[in-house]
Amino acid sequence: MPDGDASGLTELYQELILDHYRRPRNQGSLEAYTRRVALANPTCGDELELDLLLDGDTIADVRFSGHGCSISQASASMMTQLIKGKKVAEARALAVRFNEMLHGSAEAARDKSLGEARALAGVAKFPVRVKCALLGWNALEESTRSQP
Amino acid sequence: MRDVRSDFPILHREVHGHRLVYLDSAATTQKPRQVIDAIVEYYSSLNANVHRGAYDLAVRATEAYEAVRAEVATFVGAPDPNGVIFVRGTTEAINLVASSLGRVRVQKGDTIVVTAMEHHSNLIPWQLLAEAREAHLVMVELTADWQIDLAGYRRALERSPKIVTFTHVSNVLGTINPVADLTRLAHDAGAVVLVDGAQAVPHMPVNVAALDADFYVFSGHKMLAPMGIGALIGKPALLDAMPPYQGGGEMIRTVHDTSATYAPLPHKFEAGTPNVEGAVGLGAAIRYLDALGMDEVAAHERALARYALERLATIDALTLYGPAGDRAGVVSFTLADIHPHDLATIVDSEGVAIRAGHHCAQPLMRRLDVAATARATFYVYNTREDVDALVAALEKARTLFGYAHA
Ligand SMILES: Cc1ncc(COP(=O)(O)O)c(C=O)c1O
Repeated sequence: MPDGDASGLTELYQELILDHYRRPRNQGSLEAYTRRVALANPTCGDELELDLLLDGDTIADVRFSGHGCSISQASASMMTQLIKGKKVAEARALAVRFNEMLHGSAEAARDKSLGEARALAGVAKFPVRVKCALLGWNALEESTRSQP
Repeated sequence: MRDVRSDFPILHREVHGHRLVYLDSAATTQKPRQVIDAIVEYYSSLNANVHRGAYDLAVRATEAYEAVRAEVATFVGAPDPNGVIFVRGTTEAINLVASSLGRVRVQKGDTIVVTAMEHHSNLIPWQLLAEAREAHLVMVELTADWQIDLAGYRRALERSPKIVTFTHVSNVLGTINPVADLTRLAHDAGAVVLVDGAQAVPHMPVNVAALDADFYVFSGHKMLAPMGIGALIGKPALLDAMPPYQGGGEMIRTVHDTSATYAPLPHKFEAGTPNVEGAVGLGAAIRYLDALGMDEVAAHERALARYALERLATIDALTLYGPAGDRAGVVSFTLADIHPHDLATIVDSEGVAIRAGHHCAQPLMRRLDVAATARATFYVYNTREDVDALVAALEKARTLFGYAHA
């Protein structure tokens, strides 16, 4: 077994991520929603549905449901925490930032505006898992595309 | 069986600083030097387009290509090499039959029978056919022991289906289906039978004539040969009565301005320049497997599967999927709440390559009541040490996810 965390696995499966995987925040569906988008990763079968309740240009409430690996679930959970109460434009800017982090930007990984989602910076070392971490964010991007 | 590892160059590379433990042979197998050399040799001394040249090289290339057709026939017990059609693989073979036979045999309101353990490649072509012909697609359910439910199968046959299709060996469960019995029942009901042999031909002796399957299909790349070559074994009388699948060179007899007559079997179904390199590699793979002996190959894999099932059963909170009795070298499992993709990532860090996902069998996944499983599959080059490496790597996954050591 490699010493320390040369493989990056300990960082990938750190407690905060496993906690979000096992106790996802904002899980479920919204009875009243403005936007609903379902996305899937056809290669691995992960599925995610994102509900947004918009109040003007503010994300008043958000929920997600579906199933998938720890990375996709934890990432979606962290995202919901981050975007709840934010303006749509702010949330979309975070999605861009998060994407930069997953593609190896050290600067994005230090950006406090990403909150707990920064724990996922280590996913950048596992290229095949990047799409897992992006599933929820891609759903956000899609569901807010036509918004101001 | 002799130790064959030294024949496989790729098994001597490292992955993340570890010996490569390759447990994904159901997806594709690694290639022995004998197959790699045969391909290099083909391009170094024999390459020309087949069936087209009067010069020596073209004649030799054609001979090499056609010799493999005869070898394939012998290897799977097909009585007539003209019933061996070279295709890209299992998927293309099934699409060929669904589209060509389907066009003449399936009409509005007819029934096509499949099972709930099919790979998507033995499901979607039939879905497309049923949709195009407004036919019914009936899916036979499985028993609690993950076998095809015979009562359900007989009920489906009461509909006098035009085509019945099932896999010989499940790529998820390792179930080995009683092909001869299922085929006889389907024939009694008047159906034409296609058997998906993708997970059987590489792993056990197969005699297509004894099974009496009308169509039997498999892929070279799952049996030590290159990707892009496979075979459709069909009864010549049926193939003769079917319209061509693709049009082009090679498959014609005489071409008029607005119509054509077609070449006899097998060329009628081999439009365009074929994958000669692939066929040559397939021939080398067949000779390699023949030398090992398919009985020995089957015994080796089943012993490994038994050992793996035994070792995996000792891991706390590990769930195994598949029949309790005899099975092929396919072991699917899940471990506690660790998602199969996470398992695959973690064991990869130890050099262990396993598959995670739905294995192109989503209807089966729904019946297993999981979205995905992890899957280890075995072949001639795997050893008990490979199983031990998998078990050790799974313990690492348990640790990372906060489970105590058993
Ligand atoms: C049972 C079964 N059928 C069909 C296929 C498809 O084979 P191929 O992708 O080589 O066409 C596979 C392998 O992926 C398989 O395991």
